[in-house]
Amino acid sequence: MISRRDFLIHTIKGIAVAALPLSAFEIINPKKLFAEQNNGKNVRWVFLVDTYKCVGCGLCVKACKQENEIPYEANVTRTWVERYVLTSDGKLHADTPNGGRDGFIDPRIEIGHGKFEEIKKGDIKKAFFVPKLCNQCENPPCVQVCPVGATYQAPDGVVLVDREWCIGCGYCIMGCPYGVRFFHPKYHTAEKCNFCYHRITKGLKTACIQACPFGARQIGNIKDPKDPVTKIIMTERVGILKEEFGTKPQVYYIGLDKEVR
Amino acid sequence: MKTHVYRPLIVVLFIIAFILIARSLLVPKDFGVHERGYMYGWYRQGNVQEWSNSVKVKYQGADYCKECHSDKYESIMMTPHAIIECENCHGPAVEHPSEPPKLQIDRSRDQCLRCHYSLPYPTSGRANIRGVDPEEHNKDIECVSCHNPHKPSLEGLK
Repeated sequence: MISRRDFLIHTIKGIAVAALPLSAFEIINPKKLFAEQNNGKNVRWVFLVDTYKCVGCGLCVKACKQENEIPYEANVTRTWVERYVLTSDGKLHADTPNGGRDGFIDPRIEIGHGKFEEIKKGDIKKAFFVPKLCNQCENPPCVQVCPVGATYQAPDGVVLVDREWCIGCGYCIMGCPYGVRFFHPKYHTAEKCNFCYHRITKGLKTACIQACPFGARQIGNIKDPKDPVTKIIMTERVGILKEEFGTKPQVYYIGLDKEVR
Repeated sequence: MKTHVYRPLIVVLFIIAFILIARSLLVPKDFGVHERGYMYGWYRQGNVQEWSNSVKVKYQGADYCKECHSDKYESIMMTPHAIIECENCHGPAVEHPSEPPKLQIDRSRDQCLRCHYSLPYPTSGRANIRGVDPEEHNKDIECVSCHNPHKPSLEGLK
Protein backbone atom coordinates (compact mmCIF):
# COMPACT_ATOMS: atom_id res chain seq x y z
CA MET A 1 0.00 0.00 0.00
CA ILE A 2 1.48 3.35 -1.11
CA SER A 3 1.37 6.16 1.42
CA ARG A 4 -0.04 9.56 0.57
CA ARG A 5 3.43 11.07 1.06
CA ASP A 6 5.13 8.63 -1.34
CA PHE A 7 2.38 9.06 -3.91
CA LEU A 8 2.92 12.84 -4.00
CA ILE A 9 6.73 12.49 -4.24
CA HIS A 10 6.47 9.99 -7.10
CA THR A 11 3.96 12.20 -8.90
CA ILE A 12 6.29 15.22 -8.73
CA LYS A 13 9.21 13.11 -9.99
CA GLY A 14 7.08 11.73 -12.81
CA ILE A 15 5.99 15.19 -13.94
CA ALA A 16 9.58 16.45 -13.84
CA VAL A 17 10.77 13.58 -16.08
CA ALA A 18 7.85 13.94 -18.49
CA ALA A 19 8.49 17.67 -18.80
CA LEU A 20 12.07 17.11 -19.98
CA PRO A 21 12.07 17.64 -23.73
CA LEU A 22 13.67 14.95 -25.87
CA SER A 23 16.11 17.53 -27.14
CA ALA A 24 17.60 17.78 -23.65
CA PHE A 25 19.08 14.34 -24.13
CA GLU A 26 20.38 15.09 -27.61
CA ILE A 27 23.11 17.41 -26.44
CA ILE A 28 25.03 14.46 -25.03
CA ASN A 29 25.31 12.86 -28.47
CA PRO A 30 28.89 13.81 -29.47
CA LYS A 31 28.60 12.07 -32.83
CA LYS A 32 25.87 14.45 -33.89
CA LEU A 33 27.69 17.51 -32.61
CA PHE A 34 30.81 16.46 -34.51
CA ALA A 35 28.87 15.96 -37.73
CA GLU A 36 27.46 19.46 -37.44
CA GLN A 37 30.92 21.01 -37.33
CA ASN A 38 32.17 18.86 -40.13
CA ASN A 39 32.23 19.14 -43.90
CA GLY A 40 29.11 19.44 -45.97
CA LYS A 41 27.52 21.53 -43.28
CA ASN A 42 28.99 24.85 -44.35
CA VAL A 43 26.89 25.17 -47.52
CA ARG A 44 23.12 25.62 -47.55
CA TRP A 45 21.77 26.87 -50.85
CA VAL A 46 18.97 29.41 -50.73
CA PHE A 47 17.24 31.45 -53.41
CA LEU A 48 16.10 35.04 -53.51
CA VAL A 49 13.46 36.41 -55.90
CA ASP A 50 12.79 40.12 -56.32
CA THR A 51 9.26 40.38 -57.70
CA TYR A 52 9.62 44.13 -58.31
CA LYS A 53 12.34 43.44 -60.86
CA CYS A 54 10.54 40.65 -62.72
CA VAL A 55 8.96 41.84 -65.98
CA GLY A 56 7.53 38.49 -67.05
CA CYS A 57 9.79 37.98 -70.08
CA GLY A 58 9.96 34.24 -69.36
CA LEU A 59 13.57 33.92 -70.52
CA CYS A 60 14.29 32.06 -67.27
CA VAL A 61 11.72 29.39 -68.14
CA LYS A 62 13.09 29.05 -71.67
CA ALA A 63 16.65 28.66 -70.38
CA CYS A 64 15.63 26.24 -67.62
CA LYS A 65 13.81 23.90 -69.97
CA GLN A 66 16.72 23.74 -72.39
CA GLU A 67 19.43 23.49 -69.74
CA ASN A 68 17.68 20.72 -67.83
CA GLU A 69 16.46 18.76 -70.86
CA ILE A 70 12.75 19.12 -70.18
CA PRO A 71 10.90 18.48 -73.49
CA TYR A 72 10.26 21.99 -74.77
CA GLU A 73 6.74 21.50 -76.08
CA ALA A 74 5.48 19.50 -73.08
CA ASN A 75 3.44 21.65 -70.70
CA VAL A 76 5.67 20.90 -67.71
CA THR A 77 8.49 23.01 -66.34
CA ARG A 78 10.81 23.16 -63.33
CA THR A 79 10.37 26.90 -62.93
CA TRP A 80 7.54 29.10 -64.10
CA VAL A 81 6.33 32.69 -63.90
CA GLU A 82 2.88 33.65 -62.63
CA ARG A 83 1.04 36.85 -63.48
CA TYR A 84 -1.21 38.47 -60.89
CA VAL A 85 -3.62 41.23 -61.87
CA LEU A 86 -5.87 42.83 -59.24
CA THR A 87 -8.70 44.91 -60.60
CA SER A 88 -10.58 47.74 -58.92
CA ASP A 89 -13.62 45.46 -58.32
CA GLY A 90 -11.42 43.53 -55.87
CA LYS A 91 -11.06 40.50 -58.12
CA LEU A 92 -7.81 38.60 -58.55
CA HIS A 93 -6.81 37.36 -61.98
CA ALA A 94 -3.84 35.03 -62.23
CA ASP A 95 -2.40 32.96 -65.02
CA THR A 96 0.77 31.36 -66.29
CA PRO A 97 0.35 30.51 -70.00
CA ASN A 98 2.76 27.66 -70.80
CA GLY A 99 4.47 28.40 -67.48
CA GLY A 100 5.46 31.77 -68.92
CA ARG A 101 7.86 30.03 -71.31
CA ASP A 102 7.08 32.47 -74.13
CA GLY A 103 6.60 35.45 -71.86
CA PHE A 104 3.33 37.31 -71.48
CA ILE A 105 2.57 38.48 -74.99
CA ASP A 106 -1.15 38.82 -74.42
CA PRO A 107 -2.73 41.40 -72.10
CA ARG A 108 -5.72 39.08 -71.63
CA ILE A 109 -5.69 36.58 -68.76
CA GLU A 110 -5.77 32.91 -69.68
CA ILE A 111 -8.61 31.17 -67.83
CA GLY A 112 -8.13 27.69 -69.26
CA HIS A 113 -9.66 25.62 -72.06
CA GLY A 114 -8.32 28.13 -74.57
CA LYS A 115 -10.42 30.93 -73.11
CA PHE A 116 -9.18 34.40 -72.23
CA GLU A 117 -10.48 37.18 -70.04
CA GLU A 118 -10.28 40.76 -71.23
CA ILE A 119 -9.10 43.30 -68.65
CA LYS A 120 -9.49 47.05 -69.15
CA LYS A 121 -6.33 49.09 -68.66
CA GLY A 122 -8.03 51.52 -66.30
CA ASP A 123 -9.31 48.74 -64.03
CA ILE A 124 -5.87 47.47 -63.01
CA LYS A 125 -5.13 48.31 -59.38
CA LYS A 126 -1.97 46.28 -59.05
CA ALA A 127 -0.28 43.82 -61.34
CA PHE A 128 3.00 41.99 -61.10
CA PHE A 129 4.87 38.79 -61.92
CA VAL A 130 6.04 36.11 -59.51
CA PRO A 131 8.64 33.54 -60.58
CA LYS A 132 8.22 30.17 -58.88
CA LEU A 133 10.60 27.25 -58.43
CA CYS A 134 11.32 24.51 -55.93
CA ASN A 135 11.62 25.92 -52.41
CA GLN A 136 14.20 23.28 -51.34
CA CYS A 137 12.36 23.16 -47.98
CA GLU A 138 14.23 22.47 -44.78
CA ASN A 139 11.41 20.04 -43.91
CA PRO A 140 10.49 18.74 -47.36
CA PRO A 141 7.12 16.92 -47.30
CA CYS A 142 7.91 15.34 -50.69
CA VAL A 143 10.87 13.53 -49.12
CA GLN A 144 8.85 12.30 -46.15
CA VAL A 145 6.31 10.54 -48.36
CA CYS A 146 8.76 8.78 -50.69
CA PRO A 147 8.40 5.07 -49.95
CA VAL A 148 11.67 4.00 -51.59
CA GLY A 149 14.21 6.69 -50.62
CA ALA A 150 14.42 8.01 -54.17
CA THR A 151 14.01 11.64 -53.21
CA TYR A 152 16.13 13.09 -50.47
CA GLN A 153 17.80 16.17 -49.15
CA ALA A 154 21.46 16.46 -50.13
CA PRO A 155 23.85 17.70 -47.40
CA ASP A 156 23.76 21.21 -48.95
CA GLY A 157 19.99 21.43 -48.59
CA VAL A 158 18.96 20.77 -52.20
CA VAL A 159 16.22 18.16 -52.62
CA LEU A 160 17.18 15.73 -55.37
CA VAL A 161 15.42 12.85 -57.14
CA ASP A 162 17.29 9.62 -57.86
CA ARG A 163 15.98 8.68 -61.30
CA GLU A 164 17.24 5.12 -60.97
CA TRP A 165 15.50 4.64 -57.65
CA CYS A 166 12.19 6.40 -58.37
CA ILE A 167 9.33 3.99 -59.02
CA GLY A 168 6.97 6.70 -60.27
CA CYS A 169 4.29 6.33 -57.59
CA GLY A 170 3.61 10.08 -57.58
CA TYR A 171 3.22 10.51 -53.80
CA CYS A 172 5.77 13.33 -53.80
CA ILE A 173 3.89 15.13 -56.58
CA MET A 174 0.78 15.06 -54.40
CA GLY A 175 2.74 15.86 -51.25
CA CYS A 176 4.36 19.07 -52.45
CA PRO A 177 2.22 22.02 -51.31
CA TYR A 178 3.87 24.27 -53.92
CA GLY A 179 3.11 22.06 -56.93
CA VAL A 180 6.68 22.12 -58.21
CA ARG A 181 6.88 18.42 -59.02
CA PHE A 182 5.76 16.61 -62.16
CA PHE A 183 6.55 13.46 -64.11
CA HIS A 184 9.38 13.77 -66.60
CA PRO A 185 7.76 13.01 -69.97
CA LYS A 186 10.79 10.98 -71.09
CA TYR A 187 12.08 9.23 -67.96
CA HIS A 188 8.66 8.77 -66.28
CA THR A 189 10.17 9.61 -62.90
CA ALA A 190 9.41 12.47 -60.54
CA GLU A 191 11.06 15.67 -61.71
CA LYS A 192 11.72 18.96 -59.96
CA CYS A 193 13.93 22.02 -59.85
CA ASN A 194 17.25 21.23 -58.18
CA PHE A 195 18.79 24.72 -58.40
CA CYS A 196 20.67 23.44 -61.51
CA TYR A 197 22.71 21.11 -59.30
CA HIS A 198 25.16 20.39 -62.12
CA ARG A 199 25.90 24.12 -62.36
CA ILE A 200 25.99 25.29 -58.74
CA THR A 201 28.38 22.48 -57.78
CA LYS A 202 30.75 23.78 -60.48
CA GLY A 203 30.59 27.35 -59.18
CA LEU A 204 28.22 28.53 -61.92
CA LYS A 205 24.90 30.30 -61.42
CA THR A 206 21.67 28.49 -62.22
CA ALA A 207 20.48 28.78 -65.83
CA CYS A 208 17.47 30.91 -64.82
CA ILE A 209 19.66 33.40 -62.93
CA GLN A 210 22.05 33.72 -65.85
CA ALA A 211 19.20 34.19 -68.32
CA CYS A 212 17.36 36.84 -66.26
CA PRO A 213 18.25 40.26 -67.71
CA PHE A 214 16.86 42.14 -64.72
CA GLY A 215 18.54 40.43 -61.78
CA ALA A 216 15.22 39.26 -60.34
CA ARG A 217 16.72 35.92 -59.30
CA GLN A 218 19.72 35.24 -57.06
CA ILE A 219 21.23 32.23 -55.34
CA GLY A 220 23.34 32.21 -52.21
CA ASN A 221 24.72 30.25 -49.30
CA ILE A 222 22.86 31.08 -46.09
CA LYS A 223 25.70 29.63 -44.00
CA ASP A 224 28.07 32.30 -45.31
CA PRO A 225 27.45 35.60 -43.48
CA LYS A 226 29.36 37.52 -46.17
CA ASP A 227 27.16 36.25 -49.01
CA PRO A 228 25.17 39.17 -50.53
CA VAL A 229 22.01 37.03 -50.63
CA THR A 230 22.41 36.11 -46.94
CA LYS A 231 22.82 39.79 -46.10
CA ILE A 232 19.58 40.69 -47.90
CA ILE A 233 17.65 37.84 -46.24
CA MET A 234 18.98 38.80 -42.81
CA THR A 235 18.55 42.57 -43.05
CA GLU A 236 15.68 43.24 -45.45
CA ARG A 237 11.97 42.41 -45.50
CA VAL A 238 11.56 39.10 -47.25
CA GLY A 239 8.66 36.68 -47.38
CA ILE A 240 8.24 32.98 -47.97
CA LEU A 241 5.39 30.98 -49.50
CA LYS A 242 2.87 29.01 -47.42
CA GLU A 243 4.65 29.51 -44.11
CA GLU A 244 1.74 27.85 -42.26
CA PHE A 245 2.66 24.44 -43.69
CA GLY A 246 5.83 24.34 -41.58
CA THR A 247 7.94 23.19 -44.51
CA LYS A 248 10.50 26.01 -43.96
CA PRO A 249 10.87 26.93 -47.65
CA GLN A 250 14.26 28.35 -48.64
CA VAL A 251 13.18 30.52 -51.56
CA TYR A 252 12.78 34.06 -50.23
CA TYR A 253 10.73 36.73 -51.97
CA ILE A 254 11.03 40.48 -51.96
CA GLY A 255 7.71 42.22 -52.57
CA LEU A 256 5.48 39.24 -51.91
CA ASP A 257 1.77 40.08 -51.89
CA LYS A 258 -0.92 38.41 -49.79
CA GLU A 259 -2.62 37.33 -53.00
CA VAL A 260 0.35 35.18 -54.03
CA ARG A 261 -0.20 31.54 -53.28
CA MET B 1 8.77 -30.09 -30.96
CA LYS B 2 6.21 -31.45 -33.35
CA THR B 3 6.99 -31.72 -37.08
CA HIS B 4 4.03 -29.63 -38.15
CA VAL B 5 5.52 -26.72 -36.19
CA TYR B 6 9.15 -26.76 -37.14
CA ARG B 7 8.73 -27.66 -40.83
CA PRO B 8 6.92 -24.41 -41.76
CA LEU B 9 9.28 -22.61 -39.36
CA ILE B 10 12.25 -23.77 -41.44
CA VAL B 11 10.51 -22.61 -44.60
CA VAL B 12 9.88 -19.18 -43.06
CA LEU B 13 13.49 -18.90 -41.86
CA PHE B 14 14.65 -19.89 -45.34
CA ILE B 15 12.52 -17.18 -46.94
CA ILE B 16 13.82 -14.58 -44.49
CA ALA B 17 17.42 -15.63 -45.17
CA PHE B 18 16.79 -15.46 -48.93
CA ILE B 19 15.33 -11.95 -48.66
CA LEU B 20 18.24 -10.75 -46.52
CA ILE B 21 20.83 -12.20 -48.90
CA ALA B 22 19.04 -10.79 -51.96
CA ARG B 23 18.82 -7.40 -50.27
CA SER B 24 22.50 -7.31 -49.40
CA LEU B 25 23.37 -8.17 -53.01
CA LEU B 26 20.91 -5.84 -54.74
CA VAL B 27 20.99 -2.73 -52.55
CA PRO B 28 24.08 -0.61 -53.25
CA LYS B 29 26.58 -0.11 -50.43
CA ASP B 30 25.98 3.65 -50.31
CA PHE B 31 22.21 3.33 -49.90
CA GLY B 32 21.10 3.97 -46.36
CA VAL B 33 20.41 6.55 -43.70
CA HIS B 34 22.66 9.59 -43.99
CA GLU B 35 23.22 12.84 -42.12
CA ARG B 36 19.64 14.09 -41.90
CA GLY B 37 18.31 10.86 -40.49
CA TYR B 38 15.71 8.42 -41.70
CA MET B 39 13.01 10.94 -42.61
CA TYR B 40 15.02 13.21 -44.93
CA GLY B 41 18.35 11.46 -45.39
CA TRP B 42 17.48 7.94 -46.56
CA TYR B 43 18.99 7.68 -50.04
CA ARG B 44 21.70 6.42 -52.38
CA GLN B 45 24.67 8.68 -51.74
CA GLY B 46 26.23 8.19 -55.18
CA ASN B 47 23.28 9.97 -56.76
CA VAL B 48 24.47 13.34 -55.43
CA GLN B 49 27.64 13.05 -57.53
CA GLU B 50 25.63 11.71 -60.47
CA TRP B 51 23.51 14.86 -60.52
CA SER B 52 26.48 17.19 -60.47
CA ASN B 53 28.42 15.25 -63.14
CA SER B 54 25.93 13.72 -65.55
CA VAL B 55 24.07 16.82 -66.75
CA LYS B 56 25.85 18.88 -69.39
CA VAL B 57 26.15 22.65 -68.98
CA LYS B 58 24.45 24.20 -72.01
CA TYR B 59 24.17 27.90 -71.21
CA GLN B 60 27.77 29.12 -71.10
CA GLY B 61 27.24 32.83 -70.47
CA ALA B 62 28.39 35.99 -72.26
CA ASP B 63 31.98 35.62 -71.05
CA TYR B 64 32.27 32.43 -73.09
CA CYS B 65 30.91 34.17 -76.21
CA LYS B 66 33.28 37.10 -75.66
CA GLU B 67 36.35 34.93 -76.24
CA CYS B 68 35.70 34.86 -80.00
CA HIS B 69 33.00 37.47 -80.60
CA SER B 70 34.59 40.30 -78.63
CA ASP B 71 33.51 42.90 -81.22
CA LYS B 72 29.83 42.02 -80.81
CA TYR B 73 30.23 41.82 -77.05
CA GLU B 74 31.88 45.25 -76.79
CA SER B 75 29.26 46.90 -79.00
CA ILE B 76 26.22 45.51 -77.18
CA MET B 77 27.73 46.47 -73.84
CA MET B 78 27.27 50.12 -74.84
CA THR B 79 23.51 49.72 -75.24
CA PRO B 80 20.52 49.12 -72.91
CA HIS B 81 20.45 45.54 -74.24
CA ALA B 82 23.75 44.85 -72.42
CA ILE B 83 21.74 43.18 -69.66
CA ILE B 84 20.47 40.49 -72.02
CA GLU B 85 22.59 37.34 -72.24
CA CYS B 86 23.69 36.45 -75.79
CA GLU B 87 22.22 32.97 -75.46
CA ASN B 88 18.72 34.30 -74.74
CA CYS B 89 18.35 35.05 -78.45
CA HIS B 90 21.18 33.04 -80.01
CA GLY B 91 20.30 29.82 -78.17
CA PRO B 92 22.43 27.78 -75.76
CA ALA B 93 26.07 27.62 -76.88
CA VAL B 94 26.69 24.11 -75.46
CA GLU B 95 30.10 23.41 -77.07
CA HIS B 96 29.86 25.85 -79.95
CA PRO B 97 31.83 26.18 -82.26
CA SER B 98 32.49 22.42 -82.29
CA GLU B 99 28.96 21.31 -81.40
CA PRO B 100 26.68 22.84 -82.63
CA PRO B 101 28.74 24.60 -85.36
CA LYS B 102 25.96 27.14 -85.96
CA LEU B 103 23.48 28.50 -83.46
CA GLN B 104 19.87 29.13 -84.32
CA ILE B 105 18.99 32.76 -83.67
CA ASP B 106 15.52 33.67 -82.50
CA ARG B 107 14.63 36.81 -84.50
CA SER B 108 10.87 36.48 -84.06
CA ARG B 109 8.50 39.29 -83.11
CA ASP B 110 7.43 37.23 -80.10
CA GLN B 111 11.00 37.22 -78.78
CA CYS B 112 11.04 41.06 -78.69
CA LEU B 113 7.51 41.21 -77.29
CA ARG B 114 8.56 39.21 -74.23
CA CYS B 115 9.69 42.56 -72.81
CA HIS B 116 8.36 45.14 -75.27
CA TYR B 117 4.65 44.26 -75.31
CA SER B 118 3.29 47.29 -73.52
CA LEU B 119 1.68 46.10 -70.27
CA PRO B 120 0.78 48.90 -67.85
CA TYR B 121 1.55 46.90 -64.70
CA PRO B 122 2.27 49.03 -61.65
CA THR B 123 4.61 47.59 -58.96
CA SER B 124 6.42 45.63 -61.65
CA GLY B 125 9.55 46.52 -63.59
CA ARG B 126 7.51 45.94 -66.73
CA ALA B 127 5.90 49.37 -66.44
CA ASN B 128 9.30 51.02 -66.97
CA ILE B 129 10.10 49.28 -70.26
CA ARG B 130 9.22 51.07 -73.48
CA GLY B 131 6.63 48.91 -75.15
CA VAL B 132 4.32 48.76 -78.13
CA ASP B 133 0.96 47.28 -78.96
CA PRO B 134 1.88 44.79 -81.70
CA GLU B 135 -1.61 45.07 -83.16
CA GLU B 136 -0.94 48.72 -83.99
CA HIS B 137 2.83 48.91 -84.36
CA ASN B 138 3.79 47.77 -87.90
CA LYS B 139 1.82 44.56 -87.79
CA ASP B 140 3.21 41.64 -89.82
CA ILE B 141 6.70 43.15 -90.17
CA GLU B 142 9.58 41.54 -88.32
CA CYS B 143 11.01 43.88 -85.66
CA VAL B 144 14.57 43.21 -86.86
CA SER B 145 13.80 44.58 -90.31
CA CYS B 146 13.85 48.09 -88.76
CA HIS B 147 15.43 47.72 -85.31
CA ASN B 148 18.91 46.40 -84.63
CA PRO B 149 18.77 44.34 -81.43
CA HIS B 150 22.50 44.97 -80.90
CA LYS B 151 21.87 48.73 -81.17
CA PRO B 152 18.28 49.28 -80.03
CA SER B 153 18.44 53.10 -79.85
CA LEU B 154 16.76 55.12 -82.60
CA GLU B 155 20.14 55.84 -84.24
CA GLY B 156 20.39 52.12 -84.84
CA LEU B 157 17.25 52.13 -87.01
CA LYS B 158 17.86 50.60 -90.39
